[in-house]
Amino acid sequence: MKNLKFIYSIIVLSFVFTSCSNDDDVPVPVNEEEIITTVIATLVAEGSTVTLTSRDLDGDGPDEADVTVSGDFQVGLTYVGSVQFLNETENPAEDITEEVEEEAEEHQVFFLLSAGLDGTINYGNNDGDGNPLGTQFSLLPNAAGNGNFAIILRHEPKKPNDGTLDDAGGETDVIVTFQVTFEE
Amino acid sequence: MKYFFMVVLAFLAYPTAISQNCDLTLRGTVIDMHDGTPLAGATVVLAGYDVAKITDFDGNFELTGLCTENYNLQISHPECTTRAFSVEISENTQSVFKLEHHLEELNEILIKGSTYYTKAETVLENRILLETLEGYSSASLGDALKTVSGVSSLNTGNTVVKPVINGLHSSRVTIINNGVRQQDQEWGAEHAPNIDLNTANSITVLKGAAALQYSGDAVGGVIVSEPAPITLRDSLYGKSILSGQTNGRGGAFTTTLTKSYENGWFARFQGTAKRYGDFEAPDYVLSNTGVSEQDFSVNVGLNKIQYGFDAYYSLFKNEIGILRASHLGGAEDQVVAINSEVPLVIQDFTYDIGTPRQDVTHQLAKLSGFYKWNELGTVRLSYDLQQNERFEFDVRRGDDDGKPSVDLELVTHNLELSLESDIGDAISLKTGVMGNFQENFANPSTGVRRLIPDYKQYKFAFYGIADYQVSEALNAEFGARFDHTYMDVFKFYRTSFWESRNYDVQFPELVIEDFGNQLLTNPELKFNNISATAGLSYEFGEDYVLFSNYSLASRAPNASELFSEGLHHSASRIELGDLRFNSEISQKIMVTAQKKGSRFSFAVNPYANFVQDFIVIEPTGVQQTIRGNFQVWEYRQTNARLLGVDLDASFRILEDLTYTHQFSIVKGWDTAQDQALINMPPASLNNGLQYVLPIKQRVRIGLESSYVFRQNEFPDNNFEVFLPETASFETVDVSTPPPAYHLMNLTAGTSFALGDVTKLDLNLKITNLFDTSYRDYLNRLRYYSDDLGRNLLVQLKINY
Repeated sequence: MKNLKFIYSIIVLSFVFTSCSNDDDVPVPVNEEEIITTVIATLVAEGSTVTLTSRDLDGDGPDEADVTVSGDFQVGLTYVGSVQFLNETENPAEDITEEVEEEAEEHQVFFLLSAGLDGTINYGNNDGDGNPLGTQFSLLPNAAGNGNFAIILRHEPKKPNDGTLDDAGGETDVIVTFQVTFEE
Repeated sequence: MKYFFMVVLAFLAYPTAISQNCDLTLRGTVIDMHDGTPLAGATVVLAGYDVAKITDFDGNFELTGLCTENYNLQISHPECTTRAFSVEISENTQSVFKLEHHLEELNEILIKGSTYYTKAETVLENRILLETLEGYSSASLGDALKTVSGVSSLNTGNTVVKPVINGLHSSRVTIINNGVRQQDQEWGAEHAPNIDLNTANSITVLKGAAALQYSGDAVGGVIVSEPAPITLRDSLYGKSILSGQTNGRGGAFTTTLTKSYENGWFARFQGTAKRYGDFEAPDYVLSNTGVSEQDFSVNVGLNKIQYGFDAYYSLFKNEIGILRASHLGGAEDQVVAINSEVPLVIQDFTYDIGTPRQDVTHQLAKLSGFYKWNELGTVRLSYDLQQNERFEFDVRRGDDDGKPSVDLELVTHNLELSLESDIGDAISLKTGVMGNFQENFANPSTGVRRLIPDYKQYKFAFYGIADYQVSEALNAEFGARFDHTYMDVFKFYRTSFWESRNYDVQFPELVIEDFGNQLLTNPELKFNNISATAGLSYEFGEDYVLFSNYSLASRAPNASELFSEGLHHSASRIELGDLRFNSEISQKIMVTAQKKGSRFSFAVNPYANFVQDFIVIEPTGVQQTIRGNFQVWEYRQTNARLLGVDLDASFRILEDLTYTHQFSIVKGWDTAQDQALINMPPASLNNGLQYVLPIKQRVRIGLESSYVFRQNEFPDNNFEVFLPETASFETVDVSTPPPAYHLMNLTAGTSFALGDVTKLDLNLKITNLFDTSYRDYLNRLRYYSDDLGRNLLVQLKINY
């Protein structure tokens, strides 16, 4: 009986003690650290600049991305391009491009032109092993036409690869598609 | 004599004497209810008096000096369930008392102080015996449970194994570990029960919600895991099992040591360690599927017939690698992964566990005590505290590499008071009341939005179950339970989601702070749930029993169903819950016809389960994000109907040759949308032969064939995705079940006596004997890789 009373008091005490220890503090919001909300490709050739922007501020929330193309590309001009990845849920916006460049061996940007577009794309920068990275690139439109220009960032692809997504593998961090026009 | 001594001690508190004017005699015989054999050494206690007798070799005892009145006898035997009898004495009387012989139930009697060992009287209890459990010593709880017909598993790879009872799982299955309801974030499909199988001596599966003393929301069923009994003698005993296997190139070691005293005190230590590297399919290594697990438990207590207490602590810690090739970006990656014959990442074998992986720690501390009042019954009070900590590590970039993506801590306190009493000879009553407090904390430092929000949950419940022994053959059972749940939740919603769901119009009062793109809300939810059960069991002759049971279960939606909102990386899909859900209510009718017998036995168990407001998650569209397209899966409520049958049979063809058979089928239908329910286990067929070789050293050989049919009823959730490489739309086939498969397993085992008490068992087991490549419909990684190839397991067990 003595035992039982002892046990009972322990149980009651522990329950009361633990129940009272909760403080009613309100949780803090989490801003996604890794999320890429914004892709900006800036292409410059002889004074003319074309900017391609895809912005999706609610990440995987229900809102669609806002995609804009500032103008058309001229056939025969070589555009020097750079791609910027931003997390704009943070203030100021975090530049994810820096992380991608720091971990260049684990990343690669791929560029795709759909059937209606005839152009030449070259990588403008490499990782530490001499394999292409692609945050810098160049685009030379060869003939007039219109179609989709896709920019894809892969995490942990096979490197080196043959330049196709199938061979590279890895995970897609970014895939954005812009409707562009090459004109004479 | 020791039992006599023990009982006398227990009754010293009752200062009464037998009247001197009485001279009547009761002569009794105690026999085994099953086969009528006399029980020697049974303790007969004359309740309320300082008298106890031990039966002789023929099971006889004699009580003299009795008066003309009603006496209550309590008869116990070390290998039987203790029972109470009422005897009316008016002359010299001769009576027979029947006890039920159940060695493995000793623990129940002593720890729970209960005269009842059954969890539910009118549902067939499917018990997994120790021998089977020991065979799975190096595997998981879910693997061992699959030996029960009607139980399958929802897997993530081969190491995260979640039990499915008659087609239902997760929050719909209640798991009772050591008398405590397991609270280990069981809502998640990729969260396996955090229980070390080696702590169990016996596991019982109830395919329904009839055991209301445990829960009222077991729409699927209840799994009860119980520790080994403690013998009441001065003894030190234990067992160790060492296993090694080829697939995974690892093994497990488990050991249990128990010290017991005749005066009722006992202490036990149990520990397990497991380590495996990458597992292998027939044709390739399943990269990053290693496991590392360490568990231990300690238990001390005091057992008397009349009172006792028990203190228990257990720690379960495991780290499980998740197939590297299953970690994907969006649907574009999914197309490639599904269309590929082999996993997209195959590396050399390693013991390293990289990302993705789960790292889970579960701790349980429990204190319980009971006291038997003769008039009132057995009162039992218990308190338990569980802490469940879950980390999930994903493949991440930059500074976040090595930081968990999921960091959840779930703490649950539970206080319970129960009373088990007899009203006369025929009625026994279980009643109880419980209070429960649970707090979930999602650590914000992950840098990933919370999958499950911070919440506090308060629960209060009470129940009553009456068991009425109408006649020797007919038993009736009725029960009811009420649960009240209050949830106080702090949840951040994306503003865009809040508005797209129209919550801004329906629940503007819930918003307590606006962070621009996110809103902090404080939903307070209340659920009242009523559950009930009624059933009959009837014995025909010696061998046949018919069970019939109706159970009404009512389950409040869980945090995941209510509050999911965002990308679930491990499933590569966006999952959306709904704040407005109400409880789902299930009505299950089951009938079981059982034939017992040593030569031929069977059990056939048809059932029908109708669930109103069944919560199901299913695809509703495709969401475009910068990472690509993701399929959106939304929880919704519908009405469901599950019909099925489980069949078990065993036939002893020759003295040493036995044939066993199991068949299970379940059909799940969404009656509101008139389509099949997703993830219903396909029909399965198991046939086995066990043979003891006719040589001096007895060697047991077993051959098992396991055939799993293709699931032909499934909803079509395929969707199309645009691929920029080919500028074409491609179908993502996430629906089509894999083909049927057939596996053969071979076992062999023998025992050696090493002295008086020490026994060595050597067992060998080959699973997937023919190294068959197969995929299982209920494996969440079936899109990406084959299941396990051949495995050779060698197991050494020593009892001492």
